[in-house]
Amino acid sequence: MFERMQLLVCGGESCEQKQIGAIKDALLVELKKHDCENEIAITQSSCFGLCEKGAIVGVFPDEVYYQCKTKSEIVMIVEKHIKNNQIVEELRIKDPILHKRLKEHSNFHVFNKQNRIVLRNCGIINPLSIEEYIARDGYFALAKALKEYTSEEVIEIVKKSKLRGRGGGGFPTGLKWEYAKNSQSDIKYVVCNADEGDPGAFMDRAVLEGDPHSILEAMAICGYAIGAQQGYIYVRAEYPVAVERLERAIEDAKNLNLLGDNLFGTDFSFEIELRLGSGAFVCGEETALIASIEGFRGMPKLKPPFPAESGLWGKPTNVNNVETFANIPVIILKGADWFNTIGTEKSSGTKVFALGGKIKNTGLIEIPMGTTLRDVVFDIGGGIPNRKKIKAIQTGGPSGGCIIEKDLDTPIDFDTLTDLGSMMGSGGMIVMDEDNCMVDVARFYLEFTVEESCGKCTPCREGTKRMYDILNKISEGKGTLEDIDHLEVLASMVAETSLCGLGQTAPNPVLSTLKHFRDEYLAHVNDHYCPAGVCRELTNYIIDDTCVGCTKCATNCPVGAIIGWPKAIHKLDMSLCIRCGACKQACPVGSIKTVKGGEAHV
Amino acid sequence: MQIIDVLKKYPASQTSLLEILLEIDRLKDNHYISKEEVHMISEYLGVRTSHVYSVLTFYTLLSTEPRGKHIIQVCKDIPCYVNDAFDVRKTLEKMLNMSVGQTSRDGLFTLEETACIGCCDEAPAMLIDLEPYTNLTRDKIERILASYREVTL
Ligand SMILES: Cc1cc2nc3c(=O)[nH]c(=O)nc-3n(C[C@H](O)[C@H](O)[C@H](O)COP(=O)(O)O)c2cc1C
Repeated sequence: MFERMQLLVCGGESCEQKQIGAIKDALLVELKKHDCENEIAITQSSCFGLCEKGAIVGVFPDEVYYQCKTKSEIVMIVEKHIKNNQIVEELRIKDPILHKRLKEHSNFHVFNKQNRIVLRNCGIINPLSIEEYIARDGYFALAKALKEYTSEEVIEIVKKSKLRGRGGGGFPTGLKWEYAKNSQSDIKYVVCNADEGDPGAFMDRAVLEGDPHSILEAMAICGYAIGAQQGYIYVRAEYPVAVERLERAIEDAKNLNLLGDNLFGTDFSFEIELRLGSGAFVCGEETALIASIEGFRGMPKLKPPFPAESGLWGKPTNVNNVETFANIPVIILKGADWFNTIGTEKSSGTKVFALGGKIKNTGLIEIPMGTTLRDVVFDIGGGIPNRKKIKAIQTGGPSGGCIIEKDLDTPIDFDTLTDLGSMMGSGGMIVMDEDNCMVDVARFYLEFTVEESCGKCTPCREGTKRMYDILNKISEGKGTLEDIDHLEVLASMVAETSLCGLGQTAPNPVLSTLKHFRDEYLAHVNDHYCPAGVCRELTNYIIDDTCVGCTKCATNCPVGAIIGWPKAIHKLDMSLCIRCGACKQACPVGSIKTVKGGEAHV
Repeated sequence: MQIIDVLKKYPASQTSLLEILLEIDRLKDNHYISKEEVHMISEYLGVRTSHVYSVLTFYTLLSTEPRGKHIIQVCKDIPCYVNDAFDVRKTLEKMLNMSVGQTSRDGLFTLEETACIGCCDEAPAMLIDLEPYTNLTRDKIERILASYREVTL
């Protein structure tokens, strides 16, 4: 029997924690009460992308989304909507920005400027159901490629689409496929890079968890195009849900002969296996990834030879990122010309970004290339919370840099971000406000690189460590002007002489913060002062006369350094203060300020 | 399951090494690979013990020292850091009375740091036995730890 209605329950990680199981159980109990449990399907979908809203239930085909908190709300939804087809207006999700109850999901203000290609199925289908993927034209692109196109034609379409690699480098995908195709060998491999390690990026996780079949389909298309019969997905063990769903997807696809021998009755055969990454960032670099699959330490090799000539076990190998692959089926189905209508001249299509940091709406967004950063931060992201001012946007993770307020109107694409001294990277976008210290941010990224450097080449292993030491010195107030010079010399040396992308780009966070926020470095060095009040040793607090005497700071101070009576201006004893900042956070009126050393002593 | 049964699940070639190491690690209550196991693996795969060691020590998810029953990994990356109203690592260190890298006396928990775990929209976050816990607060951490303690009792 067919179900007349489907209830989608958000099973994204954040909702899963908000006790989705309980909600599903309650729904079932209610449905049984009305004797309609057989007419209604309850499906756990992947993340709806509205995590801050809490547990969400979608009713299809009506496309109504509810936010449920209590059992009585579930009772109401079942009784009114499921049973009597009346939409429960008061439980409908509110738009985070317009604060209006909107009729349709796609009318959400957050979604207005978005265009979902990569995330087309995420949150819409049950990722565990191959039937639902097929119902949304899944595996049609593979059929079309195998039946209607030669492998040359497939490559031609991908080339014409101007799709560029979403794993960070932005290399033209069609061209890469062509190299692999032109390498002569009986055995070739397709590898999907799902080692997503850039701090702040989780778009690949969303696709793997929400739409695993799209990756399998794309890899098979790639296999057909380049002449490979075996694919590997290298996925982080830290993504257990993704691993589970991929395993299931591969099994289901095999059962329907959408993977395996003689696909769609042709003589093309393709298999996919998983390989797990085990917590080494550098394994995201393609040659290191290949070494890791082969069972070695994941250390990068010198290129050339590129994997397209000599990759996995010395055979021609095409490595693409998850998001890159996710675009392929749509491009095959809708054509290169259609894809070129989206995005900019040199960067077609969309890009998924992970918005994080000091921004109201965090989460994944998919926007056409060419959207401005301002639109992303203020329109889609809803701006900076707590009426703070934006200081910078960090893109490209530990390989990228900072973009400042005055450049916010730049349309985003691969080339513009590079011109601004940052880079697209894998799509992490972290917004910083006035409370973030840029020296500290640079130090933070360097700490990451120092730890993740595999140690094979000296510039990266030693150079990043020395840079990190200098940054530490500066943030402790012991830095000198020569240190800043040394930092710059080291930065260009590490960038120029490192073996792989990790070291080559590691200095970027330092160089870009030095370029845009030199005065902050100078304040640390010359005035022994951290303007943002982050670097502990360089922060002194004062309570100014706007204090309303609420006593919150004094109650929150762990060392009793603040004294004062209710309704009277409080006083802070810096000789006792341990600079934890708890008082500043507790103050409801912003009376606690950070000042240069020396001024603060009461 | 015995180690030998794990080995037999995988083809005897070097490409299985990492998978085997991960599975043995997960299987064992004290989550580490012993010297004997290194020898068994090297024999089964036909690779040198030094090679097994080199791989084993390269990846942060693996260990050559016994660890706790549950492995807590605190995300130390920038979104968790920027949004961190309180310090998750320090909070855990205090609650467990140990520092990162150590195992609690009762052998229940090992505290580690991890690179980004892709939960940035719900920062701060941590993994316990690779299970993600997000939007952490002090209370929430206390409840989570308590739930692990209860199950084990
Ligand atoms: C240190 C380092 C880490 C990388 N991490 C990743 C990663 O996590 N995911 C990814 O797809 N590419 C990563 N890359 C890029 C890959 O080397 C490779 O360029 C990419 O997988 C190619 O796929 P694409 O052409 O589809 O972008 C990394 C590169 C470097 C240097």
